[in-house]
Amino acid sequence: MNSIILATASRYLLMLLLMFSVFLLFRGHNEPGGGFAGGLVAAAAYALYVIANGIDAARSVLRTDPMRIVAAGLATALLSTLPSLLAGKPFMTGIWIDTMSPVGKIGTPLLFDIGVYLLVLGMTLTIIFALAEEDATR
Amino acid sequence: MSILLAIGFLASAIAPLLHRRFRENFGWIALIFPLSMFLGLLWHYPTVAGGMVVRESIPWVASLGVNLSFALDGLSLTFAMIITLIGAAVFLYAGAYMKEYPDAGRFFLYIGVFMTSMLGLVLSANTILLFIFWELTSISSFLLIGFNHQRESSRKSAIQALLVTGGGGLALLAGFILLREVTGSFEIADMYDMNALITAHPLYPAIVVLMLLGAFTKSAQFPFHFWLPNAMEAPTPVSAYLHSATMVKAGIYLVARMNHEIGGTPLWQDTLLATGAATMLFTSVLALGATDLKKLLAYSTLSVLGTLMLLLGIGSPLAIKAFFIYLIAHSLYKGTLFLVAGTLDHETGTRDVRRLGGLRRAMPITAATAALASFSMMGVIPLVGFIGKETVYKSILELDTWGIPLIAAAVTANAFIVMVTLLVGFRPFWGKARATPKHPHEAPLKMLLGPGLLAVLGLLFGLFPDLFISTLLDQSALSILSEKIGLKITLWHGVNMVLFLSLATLLAGGVAYRLRNALQERLDGFRAPALMKPSSWYEALVGGMLKSARLQTALLQNGYLRNYIQIVLITALSAAAYALYQAADRVRIVPDVSITFYEAALGIIIIVATWMLVTSQSRLKSIVALGVVGFSIGIIFVIYGAPDVALTTFAIETLNVILFVLVLYRLPKFVSLSSTSNRIRDAIIAGSAGLFMTMTILLATSFDLSSKLKEYYAAASVPEGRGRNIVNVILVDFRAIDTLGEITVLAIAALGVLALLKPGPEEGRRP
Repeated sequence: MNSIILATASRYLLMLLLMFSVFLLFRGHNEPGGGFAGGLVAAAAYALYVIANGIDAARSVLRTDPMRIVAAGLATALLSTLPSLLAGKPFMTGIWIDTMSPVGKIGTPLLFDIGVYLLVLGMTLTIIFALAEEDATR
Repeated sequence: MSILLAIGFLASAIAPLLHRRFRENFGWIALIFPLSMFLGLLWHYPTVAGGMVVRESIPWVASLGVNLSFALDGLSLTFAMIITLIGAAVFLYAGAYMKEYPDAGRFFLYIGVFMTSMLGLVLSANTILLFIFWELTSISSFLLIGFNHQRESSRKSAIQALLVTGGGGLALLAGFILLREVTGSFEIADMYDMNALITAHPLYPAIVVLMLLGAFTKSAQFPFHFWLPNAMEAPTPVSAYLHSATMVKAGIYLVARMNHEIGGTPLWQDTLLATGAATMLFTSVLALGATDLKKLLAYSTLSVLGTLMLLLGIGSPLAIKAFFIYLIAHSLYKGTLFLVAGTLDHETGTRDVRRLGGLRRAMPITAATAALASFSMMGVIPLVGFIGKETVYKSILELDTWGIPLIAAAVTANAFIVMVTLLVGFRPFWGKARATPKHPHEAPLKMLLGPGLLAVLGLLFGLFPDLFISTLLDQSALSILSEKIGLKITLWHGVNMVLFLSLATLLAGGVAYRLRNALQERLDGFRAPALMKPSSWYEALVGGMLKSARLQTALLQNGYLRNYIQIVLITALSAAAYALYQAADRVRIVPDVSITFYEAALGIIIIVATWMLVTSQSRLKSIVALGVVGFSIGIIFVIYGAPDVALTTFAIETLNVILFVLVLYRLPKFVSLSSTSNRIRDAIIAGSAGLFMTMTILLATSFDLSSKLKEYYAAASVPEGRGRNIVNVILVDFRAIDTLGEITVLAIAALGVLALLKPGPEEGRRP
């Protein structure tokens, strides 16, 4: 697709949508949103970029292989389970720091949600990139 | 001891990193690991020899009675010292031997994990813990046999060893669980005095059969022996360590360990006796057909394993004494000879015994080491192997009924072992020189030190048996029998029947060596019928399994997505419809007239879009229609106050359409392929799925839906989950383990999609 308007707009939309997805991620604990929905929105942002600018441009904007994001997400989620083990509480008991920060309360469930966000983003992009690449080689 | 094992696993994990850094001298660094463990065990030696048992227990899954319990008694210490001592020799040796392998770092990881698991196995005092280490040794053995994974034969042998020992491991686990049913405990110490209770229990025969299945597969007893010669595909240090000195003795260790608890009955003793004797004799004869140095040694190892099992079957104090001496002697000389075989392979480029000869000038130290170990293996005075064999003969002669046939079998088996020794330990070094693929020269120091030390130890143990073995022997025997042995070990027993038998063995071995060439030709013409060979039973079993897998794959998973969906739907529907039918009278159809305008409009949109989806001749139109259905459902979620679900639905529907469009490019032009009858069948399946869902929802709404769970989550969300969004709090906090499982599945699914869509390395290179 060679639409200059879409190509230009997608650059700004990518930033906007990514910011929105992070917003969804952090507000998820109190309002509708969360890591899963946030990750999907972020993936949709990149999907738009793929459609507008092609797969190679999207890859260079992402800077890393989406499978690495999957691995990072899974690792983050697993990391969030460690504090409960170290504290000797039942596995995956939420542990919170009792101070407010700009993004709300900080605790292991938030870390876990970030892991979900990354994993969903990475997984969706893995599939989209792989499919789009097949098209490009045709 | 748990700390020792934890350090062991940690050290294994960093071994590849260290190896990358200190490539040249890694052997010396690796040596620190087993050597320090050996010294740590030596520190406990006086305590254990003095009659104390070092115990340690950390609760693990206390509710199930599974604890990290360890005990160091005479039996454990004997095995543990063998493991670490041979380990030290092998690690140093492997540092030089594995130099040319590109993945040598990974090799040290595997072998380190193996050594630690093997130590864990002999130190465990909890049966479940023992089982875990047991399986870990099987897995590390699998990885090490298949180390040269580019070779098909390596992979095949590795899988064979894993299936045989792993299958036995499962039987062992079942045996331990039955034992717990009887005794109420997984702790071995609790069972120590329960022999009478266990042997009288109706489950006792099942326990014995299951445990012995585990022990016989691991220790390669007949008819499970075939995996061991094939395991010689592994790099030679592995053969020396796992497949002669340590891992294959795990089964024997298990029998010795459990003997006090479940032994003493005719069933137990006779099974051990018969299997041990059969293995000892049968496998030693098989050595006639081998020409590969390592295979020859493997067959003699099998025969020794059979002898050890036989001794446990005899179970007299003298037999237990013979068991320990023979065990130690075998580990020393066989480890040495395997390493010598590896050196020969490394320096000359061949392991075929027919192509080696006259190497004593080029490799004098190796030749001397081999000679020393060979004398021990043949049972020549004054080496420890001599004491071992004498005591074995003596304990067999003690038997009343079976003494004569068994001693004949033992002498025959040992004569073949002597023949193997002459072939492996002497023939390559003496006689006239033969041309080898590589120009032979002496091995580096790292490859001489380990085997040399083990061979010299074999001499020292023989000369001063009291100093090294006797002190620990009483305590070791106590773990197997209730009484102390109280027998002294001496090198020279005087001129008697046993000495005569020893001489006869040597003589017969020499004759067998001379006759071998003549026998060889006879044997070449002779092929055992497939029905007689246990390895072909294995082949048939695995082949049958693969065939039935292929059959059911062709039947159920033929590669057409539509068939998968059909099968999944039909199975799920027919299973669930039955349950629904049972509750059919509870379905209430309550007409709700208060449908708003929006709801009615959405309903109509969904129905129209579905109709378009099914009837359209254009894929793009169908996909758009599917999107319309999805978004409409999302709007329903919004109306009914589930913004979270709606948000996720919208996102997923958007991505779905994008994905479909991407896939669309790859599909051929649309043609209507399905016949009318197919379409009717599909319509019936789809219709029943819809009907089923409708009925399920009607059934669900006829129940009282105000559950306590909902109230609990609503009340606990803010104080315990610190969030007002109940859905999210449930996902990331209350039911976070579920989510963790789901995202793991997602990650694996992503890998699967990647593997399906990306061309493989070979395919990609093609123009």
